[in-house]
Amino acid sequence: MHTRRNFIRISSLGLGATVLAGSMAKWVVGANSPKNISIGSNSLASLKPVPTYCEVCFWKCAGWAYVDEKGDILKIVGNKNDPHCNGRLCPRGTGGIGMYYDEDRLKTPLIREKKKDGTQYFREASWEEALDKVANKMKEVKEKYGSEAFGLFNHGNPGASLEHLLRSYGSESNAEPAFANCRGPRSAAYFTTFGTDIVSPENTDIRDTECLVLIGSHIGENMHNSQVQEMSEAIDKKAIIITVDPRFSTAAGHSSFWLPIKPSTDIALLMAWIHVLIYDELYNKPFVEKYTFGFDLLKNHVKSMTPEWAYGITDIEPEVIRKTARAMAGAAPAVVIHPGRHTVWYGDDSQRERAMAILTALLGAWGKRGSLYLPEAIKIPEFPQPKYPTPKWNWKDINEGKFPLASMGITTELLKASIPRLNYKHQVKAWLVGGTNLPLSMPDKKLFKEAAESVEFIAVMDTMPMEITGYADVILPEATYLERYDFLRAAPARVPNVAMRMPAAQPKYDTKPGWWIVKQIGERLGLHDYFNYNDYSEVIDWQLKKLGSSLEEMKKIGVKLFPRKDGPLYLADGEDFQFNTSTGKIELYSVDFANAGFDPFPVYTPHPEPPQNFYRLIYGRAPMHTFSRTSNNPNLWDLMKENSVWVNPKVADLWGLKKGQKVWLKNQDGAVTTFPVAVRVTERIRWDSVYMVHGFGHSDKKLTRAFGMGASDEEMITNIAVDPVMGGTGMRGNFITFLKENPASDKKEDKA
Amino acid sequence: MRYAMAIDTKKCVGCGDCVVACQTENNVPHGYCRDWVVENVTGTYPSLDLEFRSERCNHCDNAPCVRCCPTGASHKVEGGVVLVTHNKCIGCGACIESCPYDARYPHPEGYVDKCTFCIHRVEKGQNPSCVGVCPTRCLHFGDLNDPNSDVSLALKDRKWKVLAPEAGTKPQLYFLT
Repeated sequence: MHTRRNFIRISSLGLGATVLAGSMAKWVVGANSPKNISIGSNSLASLKPVPTYCEVCFWKCAGWAYVDEKGDILKIVGNKNDPHCNGRLCPRGTGGIGMYYDEDRLKTPLIREKKKDGTQYFREASWEEALDKVANKMKEVKEKYGSEAFGLFNHGNPGASLEHLLRSYGSESNAEPAFANCRGPRSAAYFTTFGTDIVSPENTDIRDTECLVLIGSHIGENMHNSQVQEMSEAIDKKAIIITVDPRFSTAAGHSSFWLPIKPSTDIALLMAWIHVLIYDELYNKPFVEKYTFGFDLLKNHVKSMTPEWAYGITDIEPEVIRKTARAMAGAAPAVVIHPGRHTVWYGDDSQRERAMAILTALLGAWGKRGSLYLPEAIKIPEFPQPKYPTPKWNWKDINEGKFPLASMGITTELLKASIPRLNYKHQVKAWLVGGTNLPLSMPDKKLFKEAAESVEFIAVMDTMPMEITGYADVILPEATYLERYDFLRAAPARVPNVAMRMPAAQPKYDTKPGWWIVKQIGERLGLHDYFNYNDYSEVIDWQLKKLGSSLEEMKKIGVKLFPRKDGPLYLADGEDFQFNTSTGKIELYSVDFANAGFDPFPVYTPHPEPPQNFYRLIYGRAPMHTFSRTSNNPNLWDLMKENSVWVNPKVADLWGLKKGQKVWLKNQDGAVTTFPVAVRVTERIRWDSVYMVHGFGHSDKKLTRAFGMGASDEEMITNIAVDPVMGGTGMRGNFITFLKENPASDKKEDKA
Repeated sequence: MRYAMAIDTKKCVGCGDCVVACQTENNVPHGYCRDWVVENVTGTYPSLDLEFRSERCNHCDNAPCVRCCPTGASHKVEGGVVLVTHNKCIGCGACIESCPYDARYPHPEGYVDKCTFCIHRVEKGQNPSCVGVCPTRCLHFGDLNDPNSDVSLALKDRKWKVLAPEAGTKPQLYFLT
């Protein structure tokens, strides 16, 4: 019996072929087959659809969970009216069912205890006891230090539940990795340039674009659903796709132009593009004259930044730079310079994003069909409650004047404020954590560990025994998104819309919905007026009725679309428009940056290069996983069990590395991965870099499938290039080398 | 009637949604799959080509699995769809050996299983689940004899190839290139 791998090797198409999803385990005899959901394939008509929106990633696509007579959830299918997914969920949304069935889920509240000999362990507790413990600690912190000293690390809906509790209690000392460890530089740059932020899902008009420019953005590997769909539509419509990436990404594989740039030199390429547009007079003159500020200064600034200058820096040939600039100009204004999402790379990321914003403006590619559209959201009416108290200090005060253009809390600053040794003026003494697995989502593990060990108390709300729960004093097991009511979803889009999530099944085990957990704590703190409902469905129903719908209607439709009120999707030609900036115009020259003491125009600065025998660590996403949160999901684990380290064949030859060989990685600071990772020898990566998918290398044994599978890229990120503009944590300045033997002796200091 | 599928390799991103949608639609046990994705890279950096192929049973016109099945469990139904009658299958594995596409697997319950083109859905006028879920809409299904079917329209102005044509199986998955 030959295996599929053999087949591929012998097939005429086989050279270099790798089976991605759904292959390797096919021949595993007796592969474990947990809880089998029975689809009698003819009984689909009897299934009941329940509306939900996905919580496997932040795209939050709306869908239907199909439930059988026994109450089992059999499958999840996208909602056809939902602009986030158009009826088609991504693999994670389809596999979201695995979050519900995962037998490794947190099942009951847990409280940390200490034995007489000092060893610590978790014991099962009742909800009553766990909630009392959290509430009592919140009271104690408020009395001892003030409510502001209770911090929060949040993400997604669980984080939002906790944020409501914390603000009711009197603290705004919160931060989410989604800002300073992800999209923060983009916010700072687009907000200061255009006066409006890029929204989520991004307001990129890819479906009608004639030219899509991706700078390190790997659509298709990041499975941002509607964007992936629209890129496919753009391919159908023969749009030009220009991808800038040191790695031959999936998007690069579908592109008209792939610019295999030398890592860390993107700003030079962007400035050269700007140079060509200006000096070859290819920019959109009427748009620039009417809407922008600082063109002449910009022209002078980029005078010497020619394609020839950029060639020496970026490895991209001058003719390719000119040709791609002309392609953009030819398609303008229907050009999407994709602003990216995970933008914290080298510490000058706000400046790189500024360069992208300036390029966008020169093309007139804002507010026009096929560029960035003007999104609109439904404002969800606020359920009656008192005003939140105003804390004496908040996340911004923690920064003590640093990072003036940060619009949200900075995770690393919140960590530092938690360490008394660092003498922050405003100190954080206890944490709530929800929806984020800090040990695998934050760089600089030492900082995280010291902070986690410094605070007096940590309560974590999660559905899975993620590594962060190992640091908790109290673990609050949340019901999955398929088992709870939740906030209405009302993200900005082309068409304003609302989506509803309701329980498709009763919570498994002794888990509870996030809204219930925070309400119980709130009641214990005497904050009843902020939680004035018995069931969250009452809140949703009240809000929906104000919007002209109802819980009953939404149970039938899941998603409701509303007419736009703020005007059309695009600006009319020559329409007067006041931008929300200090000059009222699109700021090519950034007054905000200049006032805050930063370069008003982006400047290319060289970044450190890998030392001898080291390779730059580039990391990214796989379409079937979301960060570290899905690695144990049985359905998605089936598709991809572990990450690999991508190595160029030349480098593999040099090191004698073979396909599939397990190696440990060591970085420039001597940090070593806890687990080894398989080598993937591939032409898809440059010889000066390696690539890993983020989110693997789980170290918590309670994650029975994900434990020890692959290596954690975060362990290799000890050098952070901080963005002075908004506090972003640039993570692409780390270099790794290969260890072929188990470096057990080196492991002590790096073991989490 | 001749059911077939066209797979647009210029649009597929290899996400595996077709795999997980098939698993949840057809109750495929964890660890097994009826469809899968192949990534094919050719060239050397930076002159590279990348092709993703969502693969499954080719529902061949000249199906070796049907010919070699000793019990008649592997059989063809209308539209050329190749199916396995589970309770007639003795799990001998001859069909697995004979398939040049490696499209079949031994189900832990003792029979051989494979893609059915989701015939239970197709009979109700729906697309196979992989086709219905694909975010890039790179999968096209339908009746080749109907010039207006999705698959016929997809093949109309495009170049395509089939896998292992030398095997003479007359496969019915068409990969648009």
